[in-house]
Formats: sequence, structure tokens, C-alpha cells
Amino acid sequence: METLETNFKPLVPIIEADSIVIRFSGDSGDGMQLTGNQFTDTAAYLGNDLSTFPEFPAEIRAPIGTTAGVSGFQVHFGSREIFTPGDEYDVLVAMNSAALKVDLPRLKKGGIIILNTAGFDKKNLSLAGYPEGVNPLENGSLDEYTVHKIDVTRFTKECLAGTGLGMKEIERSKNMFVLGLLFWMFDEPMDYTITFINEKFSKKPDIADANIKTLKAGWNFGDHTEIFTTRFKVSAAKLPKGVYRNISGNQATAIGLVAAGELSGMPLFLGSYPITPASDVLHELSKYKSSNIRTFQAEDEIAAVCAAIGASYAGGLGITTTSGPGMSLKTEAIGLATILEIPLIIVNIQRGGPSTGLPTKTEQSDLMQAMYGRHGEGPLPVIAASSPADCFNTVLEAARIAVEHMTPVICLTDGYIANGTEPWRFPAAADLAPIKATFVTEPNGENGAFYPYKRDERGVRPMVKPGTKGLMHRIGGLEKQNETGNVSYDAVNHEKMTHLRAEKIEKIADTIPLIKPDSGNETGKLVVLGWGSTSGAIKTAVRELLAEGYDVAHVHLHHINPFPKNLGELLNGYDKVLIPEMNCGQLIQLIKAKYLIPAIGLSKMQGLPFTTVELKNKILEILK
Amino acid sequence: MSTIAEQEVTPKLTAKDFASNQEVKWCPGCGDYSILKQVQTVFPDFGVPKENIVFISGIGCAARFTYYMDTYGMHSIHGRAAAIASGVKSMNPDLSVWVVSGDGDALSIGGNHFIHLMRKNFDLNYMVFNNQIYGLTKGQYSPTSEKGKVAKSTPFGSIEEPFNPSEIALGAKSTFVSRSLDRDPKHMQMVLKRANEHKGTSFVEIYQNCPVFNDGTFFAFSEKETKKEQAIFVEHGKPLIFGNGEEKGIRFDGLTPVIVDIKESGISLNDLWIHDEKDKTKANILSRFFDTTFNGESFPRPFGVFYTEDRSCYEQSMKEQIEAVTARKGKPSLDKILSGDKTWTIL
Repeated sequence: METLETNFKPLVPIIEADSIVIRFSGDSGDGMQLTGNQFTDTAAYLGNDLSTFPEFPAEIRAPIGTTAGVSGFQVHFGSREIFTPGDEYDVLVAMNSAALKVDLPRLKKGGIIILNTAGFDKKNLSLAGYPEGVNPLENGSLDEYTVHKIDVTRFTKECLAGTGLGMKEIERSKNMFVLGLLFWMFDEPMDYTITFINEKFSKKPDIADANIKTLKAGWNFGDHTEIFTTRFKVSAAKLPKGVYRNISGNQATAIGLVAAGELSGMPLFLGSYPITPASDVLHELSKYKSSNIRTFQAEDEIAAVCAAIGASYAGGLGITTTSGPGMSLKTEAIGLATILEIPLIIVNIQRGGPSTGLPTKTEQSDLMQAMYGRHGEGPLPVIAASSPADCFNTVLEAARIAVEHMTPVICLTDGYIANGTEPWRFPAAADLAPIKATFVTEPNGENGAFYPYKRDERGVRPMVKPGTKGLMHRIGGLEKQNETGNVSYDAVNHEKMTHLRAEKIEKIADTIPLIKPDSGNETGKLVVLGWGSTSGAIKTAVRELLAEGYDVAHVHLHHINPFPKNLGELLNGYDKVLIPEMNCGQLIQLIKAKYLIPAIGLSKMQGLPFTTVELKNKILEILK
Repeated sequence: MSTIAEQEVTPKLTAKDFASNQEVKWCPGCGDYSILKQVQTVFPDFGVPKENIVFISGIGCAARFTYYMDTYGMHSIHGRAAAIASGVKSMNPDLSVWVVSGDGDALSIGGNHFIHLMRKNFDLNYMVFNNQIYGLTKGQYSPTSEKGKVAKSTPFGSIEEPFNPSEIALGAKSTFVSRSLDRDPKHMQMVLKRANEHKGTSFVEIYQNCPVFNDGTFFAFSEKETKKEQAIFVEHGKPLIFGNGEEKGIRFDGLTPVIVDIKESGISLNDLWIHDEKDKTKANILSRFFDTTFNGESFPRPFGVFYTEDRSCYEQSMKEQIEAVTARKGKPSLDKILSGDKTWTIL
């Protein structure tokens, strides 16, 4: 191809940018997730801070070319700290008409569009739902953007002509052309991706060669044609020194569970049933069988939690992972674990609900379910992860509470941080605190009697492994007599046991660190109180407003039940409390009920995280 | 583990040793008393230390069994005992696990767990006390109640076909399928022993009389007047013979069972159907001596061990896989797991 072989090299100026958001968008089969991940890995190795947001359709292979089949991957990388995948993107890669239609609305005015013209023929325009005769490439609707129209499909075909590869395989390489072009645009090396391709296709060298050839062709296209007038450079961020890896929330959850097993000395048992977006934790943990981990794909959600309860009863650390609908199914069994008072970790990776709802989109609408979704009085500890890497800390904390306080613990993450990634300065194993698992082997009553529900000063009952001589006893879902654990229908005893179980959960607050603002002062005009995955957006908004001189602060909750002991006092130090949530206002009800504070809510129920702008606008509106 | 010397001086346990200090609270005359007694009677012979035995039950009259055994035990939630037992056995394969369930618990609310437990074949024992009625909720028809059953929720008779538990178990790939009844203590003890010996999920259906809501349902199979005509007790390697004077035999005409008068037909005993526990085809036909007729002929209800199969147990395969993967890949350090494959350093 002529343009690729010419030696003419236009001098394209490189502009320094402190952060850039790119959205890769195409059909489900266009390889956008892989392209985005490769770009992300390279940016990470170059020392950028970053945050990613993969967004895919619920259908595995929706009809090709339709808006239902659009798969997107957003990466925000910068030379400063990055906490969100970005409100709007600077660059949109659109592989077909549907991708442009779906993702154009969140492209910055004046932003760059790189589009594959092959995806804008009559058929594709019609599949994307453009009215007959309307072509966004020709009707001036893209005038306010910088548009690069490239026939990626044709260039890829020409580049690989004569390689002997079939048309299908050639077509599949076109994402590499785009990736190469973007590497050129952002002055990033191709080495990491070349290594990746060689490893991935080590058994198919002709495919590896084709991908590398196309990747380089994309780079050369940028380098040798005159259509690009600017390149960008995002320098390395000033991140804390150390060794980093890129990690998604689901990976961090799995690794956190492995660590919990090591730190407690308890063999892990994960009972799970496939459900989006939680299945990846089951997949990931299943790889670590050699770390004394048992993973069990149960026949249903109920069996999954029940098997985990059985494993905990037998002396292991039982875990179950799921999403909202699965939580509903597990509810009765969680009630059993609550009255049995045995360790159990329940991870709910929330998605849009109710019912099947929006399986691949994010939401924080299961908080009330976690708090109150049980029959009878059965308070449980509830903790929430604030970012992909924080899922690691969250499950470790859940394990600590579950094992040391003999209780089920509910961990909340969500689809956004489960699939999103960020660089993680991972800890050294030696720096992680051990989890104290104490198995009782001696009677705790007179004359060799054993009382399974005799509590210590924290209200915690003894943990016994079946197989321990002399301590045989029966436990069950029926109300039990205080201390002996024998079945008791006595009314006063039931009230006492209800209180004892609740007090045990309340006392966990003694072991939780006091809460401090994440940004801003401990008193002031306004605090934004968040929980879970809204952390990045709130942090960015509040820090920007602080820099602009506003009196704002950000407090982020990790422990939702029990709350940190000083939460009420801290919140009372601010004139206004704003609580943004990806639900209709659930934490706000808990806060209002407990502290009688006239907090202000901000809801978003669009299957998408908050943008920084949405938060800033709300804060400024309140401060007016 | 105790040493051999210690084991020698440990006196053999008695039935009493297996009774907990809790008062047994089933209705007077309930068949569950007999089952509890037979279990407590045979357990000392098994030689398993009490602390290594775990009873897991769901909900229902039968499920209270757990409280009456001086072993470890969990009385759990309706239908889920099989799933809980799976977790127990996965975590500690050395425990002797016994699930106690009823017809509603095992086959209605717990039906899904029941079939998957059979398929997975954990080495545990699953007893279903089948009384063909809901007792604890006071008398509704159950999934094993006969069609037309008049009960609290079916005042005009049930309109459903009942389940035949052994047929389901066989269909679900059970490796041990058996049936006994509360009013035949010796037979039940024999079946329990066989269940205990079997490596895999041993399914033991026990016909159990509910004197309050379904009295006498199984008397045809247990009472002198009718037992010999209506029940057949099968033993491995022995011909299928029944009748008041043991005059009737069952033989095969192709794959169709036929009842013959042994004397009249002059058939040799060797030409009758010889029970073979390892033959799944025969076990399938035997299990259908239930409400199915063959060529218009009704057959006596069978009791005994219908089918056994040697197949790897889930917890054993799980353990072996973990060991094999560990041997191949080694146990990675936590630091290695934390760092993953790709890292970069910021100086």
C-alpha cells in the first residue's frame, strides 16, 4: 500500500496532556475489550495512573451492527492521580455506525473521532437505526468534532493480502490497526502488545504475525499520513513509589479471599452459582486450587450458600459470591447462618435491579437488602468496597469480622468496580494482619459440659470443629436456649437471644477504625458522604472544588453496619450533608434514621456511575 | 488419631451412648421412634467414634432426629440438608455424614438438591423418612401421596401423580438405592449397615407410619395378613419369590417381568429373576414395582438394596484434583499471588 511505504514523514507536534479519556467502541465481535486492555496495560507500564470502565451488552452476541451489540471500553489515564474512568472522552474510536450512535453523546465537544468508514455503509447505517438517507458522516452532525475517517477494514485487508489467512481471520485483526494508530497518537511503544500477541498466539505463529503486522501498519499510518495534525503525550504520574499491578475488582476480590485463607489458616470453600457480574470471582478463585482452595459450582444459588455454610460448620471458611437476584435466593440460608452464628462471607456484586434488571450495568440498590433483607431480627455486618483494588481490603476485612466474631458478613461491590481496573500498589504478604481463628477443643462448663452458645466479653460464641472429642453438640435454626444451645420456645429467652445476637454485631464497632474525611476538613460547610463505588467520582469532584477554594469535604464509608463509632459526631460538624447514591436513596435513610440529620440525597439510576460534573453541580447548587 | 493401643482399651459403645440428653418429642406411635432406635442400635457396630459423626437435617418431623443423636449435628432449613452436607463433606471427608429428610423435605422443596447430590455422589448417607404426608405442618398431601389423596389442602382429593423416590434416585445416577420400613427393625438395620458400608451417596428410603395424619398407609407391606402377598424382600443373588406360601416367583419374559406360580409352572428357581444389585436395567424395572403394571399385572412392593455401583466420590475427586494441581504447579506464595504475572515499578 502506497501510503505505508512512502518515506515522507510529516512532523506532527506532540502536545503534553495531563489526562486523556479514550473510548473504544465497536461491535461485540470487534475486539474492543482486548484493544482497551492492551492500551491500558501499556499506559500502566509507562507509569500513568488510570481507571477503566468496560461496558458490554447483556447479550453474548447481539445481532451484528445493532446498537444492542455495542461493546465499549473506556480508559482514563493521566500524569496526575486518576479516580474515575472520566465523565466524557477526548477520543472516541467508533468501529461502526451503532458504536457512534451509542457513544457520541458523551464525547467532549471538539473531541476526536476515529471511525472505521467500512462500518458506515448503507447496511450498517440501517442496522444502527439511522433513517434512510441519513449518514452522520455526511450530514454535518459531526462538524464540531475532529473526525478521522479511515477505512480500517480495507487497510487491514490490504496489509494482510497474500498472507494466506482467511477473510474472517483478516477481519478480526482490524482492532490491531486502531490500536497501533492510537499508540502512535499517544506516543506509546508497541513492545508490550507485541509481547502479548506472541504469547497469546504462541501456537499459531501466522496469526501472531498478522496481528503484529496490522498493529505496525496502524502506527505507520499515523506516522506517514498527513491527516493527523497533533499527537499527545501523557507523562508518568507521580504515584507513590513501589511495585504496581493492574487489577479489576473481581480479581481483587478473589485474591483477597485467597489471602484470607492464608491469614486465617482456614481452608477456603467457595460455593457459587454463575451470575453476572459475579461469575469472574468463581473463575478466578478456581485457578488457585493449589492454595488449599475448594471451589464448588452448585446446582443453584441456594445450594451455593448452603454448601458454604456446611463448609464453615466443618471448620473451613465458607464463602458465597453472587449478585442481587442470587442474594434474594440465599436469604433464608443467610438467616440460618445468622442464628447458627458461624463464619460466612457473602459477596454481592450489585447490578441494576429488581429481577433480572440490568445484568451488565451497575447500581448500588441492594444496600437495604443487605441491611434488612432477612426474616426476623437478624442484623449482620455490612461492608462495601470503594474501588477495584479496595475489593481486596474489603473481603479481608469481611473475613476478619466473620472469623473473629462468628457471624456471616455481607460485602457489597458492584458491576462498575468489579469489571473496572486500576493500578494497585499491592501489599507484601508479611504486612497483612493475621486473622485469629480459634477452634475450641476443651469443655467450657463444669463436669466436662460444653455450651456452644456461651459467649465471651465480645458476645462471641466458641467455634468447634466436628471431629473434636467430647464436645458433641447440636445446633440448628430453631431458637436456642442461652448458652446450652438446646431448642427453646421460651418467650423471654427468645427476646434475650435476639438482643444478644444484635449486641454482638454492635460490638464489632469496637474493632473498626474511627472515620476521617478522605478530603477536606473535619468541619465545614458541606460534606459529601459516600459509600461503595462512588468514591472515585466524589473524590475527584471534592478535590477539584477544594482547589477552587470551596469549603467541602468527602467522607467515605466502608463499614455500613455497624457504622464507625464517631460517624454521627463527624457528620454533625458540617452544615450540610450530601449523600450521592446509585439508588433512590438508601444510605440516606439509614443516616437520617440513626443520626436525625437533614441530609440531602442525590440519586442516579442509569446503570452508569456518577460523573464528576454531576456531583460538582449538585454541590455548588447546595452551597449557593 | 488415637493409637491402636488406645483403641483396644476403649470399650465398645452401646445404643445408649448415641442418645442425646434431649427429650424425644415425636407423637406417640410415630414410626420415627423405630428408626431412631435402629440407628442407635447399629451405630456402635460401625466403630466410628461419636465425634466423627455428623447428622444434617432439614425441616419436618424427621428433621428433629438430629437433636436426639449424641453426635455432631445441624438442624438446618427446609430442603437444604443435602447442600449443607455437601459442604461439610467437601471440607472434611473423614466425617461420617448422615442426612435425615422426609418426603416433602427431600422431594418437594429439596428436590433439586436431592437429584444433584445423587449425581455428585458424596460419600454420605441420605435417609428419607417417607410417610406420604406433611406431618409438621399438620396434614397436607406430599409429593409422594397417592393420586386422589384427601388431605387438608386437597379436600376433594389430590390431582397429582406421586413421585416414586427410588426411580428418581436411579434416574439421578444414585450409586446406592434401597428401601426399608419402620415396622421391620431387622430389615432396616441390615439396610443401614449396607448404606454405611457403601462408598458414595447411599439413598435409604424408609416407609414410615404417621399415626396422626396418614395412619396405616404402609400396613399392607408390614402386617402379617398382607405382607407376604404385597411385599417382596430382595437379596443379591437370590430369586424373587413372594406369596403366603412363597409359591410365587417373578421371571422375565424378554424385558417384561411376569409372575409365575412356581409349582404349577414347574420353573426352576434358577430361571426366576435373580436379584443383581449391580444390574441397573433390572434395578430400574424393580423400582417401577410401584404404581406401574406390566401387561396389566400388579407387582409386590420391593424392599432391600435395589442397586449399588462403585463410582468415585465427589470429595475424593476434589481432594485428588487439588493434590494433582498442587503437585504440578506447586503452592504459590501469597506474595506471588498478590503480584500476579505483570508488574511495574515506580521509582
